[in-house]
Amino acid sequence: MKQPQTSRRSFLALAALTPFAVAATTACGTSGPGASSANGGASMWFLSGEPNQTTMQKAVDAFNAANSSDKIAVTYFQNDAYKTKIKTAIGANQAPTIIYGWGGGGLKTYAEANQVEDLTSWFDQNADLKKKFFPASFGAATVNGKIYALPNQAVAPIVLFYNKEIFQKAGVQPPKTWEDVMSLVKTFNGMGIAPFSLGGQSRWTSMMWLEYLLDRIGGADVFKAIFDGKPNAWMDPAVIETGTKIQELVSADGFIKGFSSITADSNADQALLFTGKAAMMLHGSWTYGSMKKDGQNFVQDGKLGFVAFPTVAGGKGDPKNGVGNPAQYMSISSKASDKEKESAKKFFKDGIMTDAVIDAYINSGAVPIVNGIEDKLNTSGDKDFLNFVYGLAKNAPNFQQSWDQALSPTAAEALLNNIDQLFLKSITPQQFAQNMNGTLGK
Amino acid sequence: MTSTLSTAPRAQLGRADSAPAGQRKAALAWLTVPALFFFLVFAVVPLAGVLILSFTSWDGIGAIGAAGMDNWFSVLADPGLYNALGLTFLIMIFSWLVQTPISLLLGVFTAGSQRYRAALAVLYFLPLLLSSAAVAIAFKALLDPNFGLATGLGLPFLAQDWLGVPHLALGLVIFVIAWQFVPFHTLIYQGGVRQIPKSLYEAAQIDGAGTVKQFFHITLPQLKYTIITSSTLMVVGSLTYFDLIFVLTGGGPGNSTRILALDMYLRGFRANLMGPASVIAVILVIIGLVLALLLQRLGGKDKQGSQLEGL
Repeated sequence: MKQPQTSRRSFLALAALTPFAVAATTACGTSGPGASSANGGASMWFLSGEPNQTTMQKAVDAFNAANSSDKIAVTYFQNDAYKTKIKTAIGANQAPTIIYGWGGGGLKTYAEANQVEDLTSWFDQNADLKKKFFPASFGAATVNGKIYALPNQAVAPIVLFYNKEIFQKAGVQPPKTWEDVMSLVKTFNGMGIAPFSLGGQSRWTSMMWLEYLLDRIGGADVFKAIFDGKPNAWMDPAVIETGTKIQELVSADGFIKGFSSITADSNADQALLFTGKAAMMLHGSWTYGSMKKDGQNFVQDGKLGFVAFPTVAGGKGDPKNGVGNPAQYMSISSKASDKEKESAKKFFKDGIMTDAVIDAYINSGAVPIVNGIEDKLNTSGDKDFLNFVYGLAKNAPNFQQSWDQALSPTAAEALLNNIDQLFLKSITPQQFAQNMNGTLGK
Repeated sequence: MTSTLSTAPRAQLGRADSAPAGQRKAALAWLTVPALFFFLVFAVVPLAGVLILSFTSWDGIGAIGAAGMDNWFSVLADPGLYNALGLTFLIMIFSWLVQTPISLLLGVFTAGSQRYRAALAVLYFLPLLLSSAAVAIAFKALLDPNFGLATGLGLPFLAQDWLGVPHLALGLVIFVIAWQFVPFHTLIYQGGVRQIPKSLYEAAQIDGAGTVKQFFHITLPQLKYTIITSSTLMVVGSLTYFDLIFVLTGGGPGNSTRILALDMYLRGFRANLMGPASVIAVILVIIGLVLALLLQRLGGKDKQGSQLEGL
């Protein structure tokens, strides 16, 4: 065999080309495994973490086995990192075919920049698929009357969890009103147990408190005005009262000592609840699944209690109102090739919410957003919790999407930053309202 | 006669030499092309891009629109900028104050040729092998007030809200930065100390100078340029501390560790405000350039002067 001679010139050419080659390979790296796109199929990014990662992997494996020409290649990322990465990738036109997200303000940004496909007519053609999901789940997928995303996975309201064992020891009942909350804080602090666990460094964890309190105090209309960008919407007295109540709770040592050092990504906040270091925790219903997995029979032994968020005396909000994620959402990148788009649509239709996937969600303690699952919920081992979540989602006169997802990314970042300062008491509720008022319409 | 004889061969030699020398020079110029190319693509082009972006409004996803001076006015009027600037300089100054004496002493210590010193040096240099993100995650786990070292080892004084109290978080950031970068500067000082001629110390010993006197009158003055190099790296480097702080505190609690580089990232990639983020990037570049030039001046005036006069 003849050895190819490497001349100096070709070496230099190689050196000059290297940066491009590097750029090309990294481009493949960020847009998901390129190989699969080459033989048809679509790429998808999804969140790491159990139990959902396994559920998704099984769904993808099953779909790929049945559709060899439409294979889905999935890559997993950690939640907080993903939120930044996907934005950057979309801006650089290197998004995966299937864009996972939470709908609302983020989706609106993508839709207005024509980065995601309009799925309205596709849903009209597939009316059965549309009818399969909770009607309320389409709200956050709709921008200017057009549907840009497929709702999927589970409805995830924010729930007040408590440790039944500790409550029994203290001889107290879970809180029904804000007064109950404040008196329980005293009780548990007296016992040397933190009243509430909170992963404050993640900031959206603290936000859940404001979402519920504002709803209970001022009703659903206050945030609706904020969402619509009405002038001075943040200056509503209910916002100030919400901030005041939060700072009272912080001052009364309502949250575990060092809560601003704790992140939700490591699930340390959940560990505090199931190890008995904290008595209560306000968190998304998705934590039920991870506590069941990590909590060493804490959930299985029936020690995990859950109630709706307490009422506030004189508040205007309906105590049945819910807050949380109405669903998770998947859009299709408008920059993908037609073949990739077809594969993604096929996956949306046949792969993502199959009976097996629905069962997997129910088994993990989540309520999938599909109609007619009452029987399945009732036969599940977690039926108490599942029915509680299902009832909360179904009977809520208003189910408010998480604020940081509903608002535009610019407003959401300002919100999280100001919430952090509010919980640290480095700004007053008035300053909080004023700072946020400056972000209206941004 | 003699002059013509002597110049002729020289001239011939020169002529014979000139053609290859010119070729060599041209070849050498060509060799700079890859470096120049990389410099253009990875330094000049992005710099120009950032400068242009600072006059536009862009959310990183949609279309780019002209914004005139709006970004500059809004950023310069934002108290957040001055908070970030203040923190950046605070971290810069404290990093220098903490790291310089420690790495200087460790460098002098590890420069000795005894075997136990070499063994210890290996241990000191370990943090140099770890990535900033890994260091930050490890410290975060160790300092967790509920599940960290404090409970693991039963050391109650460690059970502070390290990342939750503003001044503690800032102090911790300075400490972790020092922990990570002291080995690097130790290495620089070690090299510097080893280059000091032995004869200086021998002469000092004969004159009856002790270890302390030798340190202050020989080692320290001889290390002048090493100190300037190390300080430049520390000061300019502290402008770009990002990964470690981003993972460790994310700028929190509140804005108490939100330094300029982090502020730039959060504005650009979290809040989708690429215009204002570019303004901050330009400010960072200007500060970095001014600082580097100042430090050059500090040691540059008597660059010709030898430190080894009389040897």
